[in-house]
Amino acid sequence: MKVADTIRSKLTQAFSPQELEIIDESHLHAGHAGARDGGESHFRVTVVSDAFAGKSRMERQRAVYGVLADELKGPIHALSITARTPEEG
Amino acid sequence: MNEQAVFTQIQQEIDDNPVVLFMKGTPMFPQCGFSAAVVQALTLLGVKFKGVDVLTDPGVREGIKQFSNWPTIPQLYVKGEFVGGCDIVREMYQTGELQKVFEDKGIETEPMQTA
Repeated sequence: MKVADTIRSKLTQAFSPQELEIIDESHLHAGHAGARDGGESHFRVTVVSDAFAGKSRMERQRAVYGVLADELKGPIHALSITARTPEEG
Repeated sequence: MNEQAVFTQIQQEIDDNPVVLFMKGTPMFPQCGFSAAVVQALTLLGVKFKGVDVLTDPGVREGIKQFSNWPTIPQLYVKGEFVGGCDIVREMYQTGELQKVFEDKGIETEPMQTA
């Protein structure tokens, strides 16, 4: 499975997001340390979910990091996270 | 170096310096866009900080992730407390919360005036 698909599947399962955007920014880092052939090393994700209600920024980020722990130890070199609730617009 | 020694070294850095940024590269020459973004936020607020280049120390590079239970770098510490990584620092800068953190903890800021 492609890394992006794994990210999508795990985040969907964990947070049942109303909105989920996964952007592979690896091409911006081609040739840079941590970049891999074939990309899929640098990602930007936006997760909009009720699951983040009442949680601090740090708790939200930790929750996303936790779900993607295996990928962060493996193929993902960089991960930028926006995690908000639907009410936060 | 074993993990305990690395933790001691990290603890020493955050005890000795009110504002510490564990980063890739140096404040003058960041080697990563995320580290550079945090350096920029701190610079715009006029906050003095110590940069610790994890690229020159593999023990700290892995150790800091265990120490803070946070899997990515950069990591910002203020008065011994972990504030967050790049996404959090950037958001807090934009909302003005970052400056408030420094003020609340008695760290001098001198925000740059922007036109």
